Amino acid sequence: MSANAVPLDSAAPLEPPVPTKKPVKTTGLHIGAAEPGCAKVDPILVVDNVRRTFGGLTAVDVAHVEVPRGAITALIGPNGAGKTTLFNLLTGFDKPDDGKWTFDGRSLAGVPAYRVARMGQIRTFQLTKALGLLTVMDNMLLGAKGQTGENMFRALMPFLWRNEEEENRAKALDLLTRFKLDTKKDDYAASLSGGQRKLLEMARALMSDPTLVMLDEPMAGVNPALTQSLLDHILNLKAQGMSVLFVEHDMHMVRHIADWVIVMAEGKVVAEGDPHEVMQNPAVIDAYLGSHHDEDIGEDPAAETEHVSAIKELLDDER
Amino acid sequence: MDWGAIFGNAAVELISPTTAAYALAALGLAVHFGYTGLLNFGQAGFMALGAYGYAISILTFGFPVWGAFLVGVGASVVFALILGIPTLRLRADYLAIVTIAAAEIVRLLFTTNTFASVTGSANGLSGYKNEFAALNPLADGTYGFGPFTNNAYDTWLRIVAWSIVIIAALLVWQIMRSPWGRVIKGIREDEDAVRALGKNVYAYKMQSLIFGGVLGTIAGMIFALPRAVVPSNYQTTLTFFIYAILLLGGAATVLGPIIGSMIFWVLLSFFSGFIARAVEAGWLPFMTGIQGGQLSFILVGAAIMAIVIFRPQGIFGNKKELAFVR
Repeated sequence: MSANAVPLDSAAPLEPPVPTKKPVKTTGLHIGAAEPGCAKVDPILVVDNVRRTFGGLTAVDVAHVEVPRGAITALIGPNGAGKTTLFNLLTGFDKPDDGKWTFDGRSLAGVPAYRVARMGQIRTFQLTKALGLLTVMDNMLLGAKGQTGENMFRALMPFLWRNEEEENRAKALDLLTRFKLDTKKDDYAASLSGGQRKLLEMARALMSDPTLVMLDEPMAGVNPALTQSLLDHILNLKAQGMSVLFVEHDMHMVRHIADWVIVMAEGKVVAEGDPHEVMQNPAVIDAYLGSHHDEDIGEDPAAETEHVSAIKELLDDER
Repeated sequence: MDWGAIFGNAAVELISPTTAAYALAALGLAVHFGYTGLLNFGQAGFMALGAYGYAISILTFGFPVWGAFLVGVGASVVFALILGIPTLRLRADYLAIVTIAAAEIVRLLFTTNTFASVTGSANGLSGYKNEFAALNPLADGTYGFGPFTNNAYDTWLRIVAWSIVIIAALLVWQIMRSPWGRVIKGIREDEDAVRALGKNVYAYKMQSLIFGGVLGTIAGMIFALPRAVVPSNYQTTLTFFIYAILLLGGAATVLGPIIGSMIFWVLLSFFSGFIARAVEAGWLPFMTGIQGGQLSFILVGAAIMAIVIFRPQGIFGNKKELAFVR
């Protein structure tokens, strides 16, 4: 923790977190106009007519959406837009009523979550799932794919998997060093702070060399000092050739690191585009503020919700 | 007051085959509950399958010892599959409900008169020991010292029982420090996280259920060898005694179930010997001998409660692990 802490002047207003180096944006991802469901030059994930209802409520109803390869894509939308539900559907943690979707050209419909992960599409969770009573190192080793020693009978013969285990351990230590968790490797994961758990979860996901990393609110509950290093890590994923899809509420972060933004509202994809342009899209403003936001209903500061202020902030930024 | 006899009888329990059987059953439960987080309340059912599988194979079908052993193990694998297939995809508490009911179904099936010709109904089965005794390499005579003096058969039985316990303990120890054990412990913490890392959680839980169940089944065979197979021995209370032993020793440990079983039986024998003699000597004028027998269980219960309250991680458990349990 202390390694990441920056002295904060309590009098100065908190600057929005910015990555330490200027992110290199990937452009030219789409074909044709940037409209909902537009085709991508090289999609890694293609979703068609995926629908999920809970009783009478349609949580997700996505007609068509493509996630570009080798880029950072943000999935945004107001609370209840169905972002996490879509995440669960795409990763096999929930089953849609109907619809199909492909990852890397392979159909994922009906594929259980663990096989989705083995194909190289690894997710993290909104509520961090660090395995508290396992050490940080054990958490990391669990992430490695195709381990011989994970077979029940081969597990009894250590000579079959000892070398592999050492290789995994070296790789894990390397990742932990990058995430500044190497000094914690023998501690229980439960002893880490919330932000460190997020880092551990991300590092653990990288143990399997994924092609698509899906992060569900990677910044939620992380203090600003750690946010910067998290942002850098996400940018590094792209630099290493991975594709990233993440759900986020922090608009500043979305604008700074995302190459492409998909906006959901009420279960549907309502807008897509470059992060700077998409914020100007009337559909996005409607989704966050409601379609009657420009009618004067009198000053009521109490009605100014988190989203309203976030959007106002952004529009100010753009000017 | 014959203190020598009281302590002597208590010491006998330290290495008795029954203690070994409970230790092995508790080790199976440690795999289920301690390491994987599976709430199996039907360990008595696995033990009953072992005891009956062994006894029926020998008495009705005339199988050799190894054949009878395999029948018992096979029966428990099938039992674990029947329990696991519908419940392991559900939340942990469903497994608890299903296992407790399934163990009772097994016991009642062995009790019912319909199969009396094979199972001996409520009277149970006996007379299956000759095949095991025939394998005894020891010459006739007495072996051991002090309270641990036994005849050739009983010594042979103790050697076999404790050898099995030691082998099983080494197996559990080895498998739990392997990558397989790491996945299992991950499942105990959060199965969704393990699933998200590409592990087939359902298959791992099934393997764990079978592994621990087979240990329980072998325990049932050891339990049956010094006595007759009687269905009333396999009631739910048996499962709870084994849970008590497990919590006493430490749930996610290898030595815990073994030492826990020794402590449980030595304490039980000590209290019952002490109370029986205290009643005889008129120290407890308000009590009959039968009531005294019950009192010993109450005292063991109180002793276990004290241990669980003041040392919740058990004797061998890791205190650090508990620091994070809510």
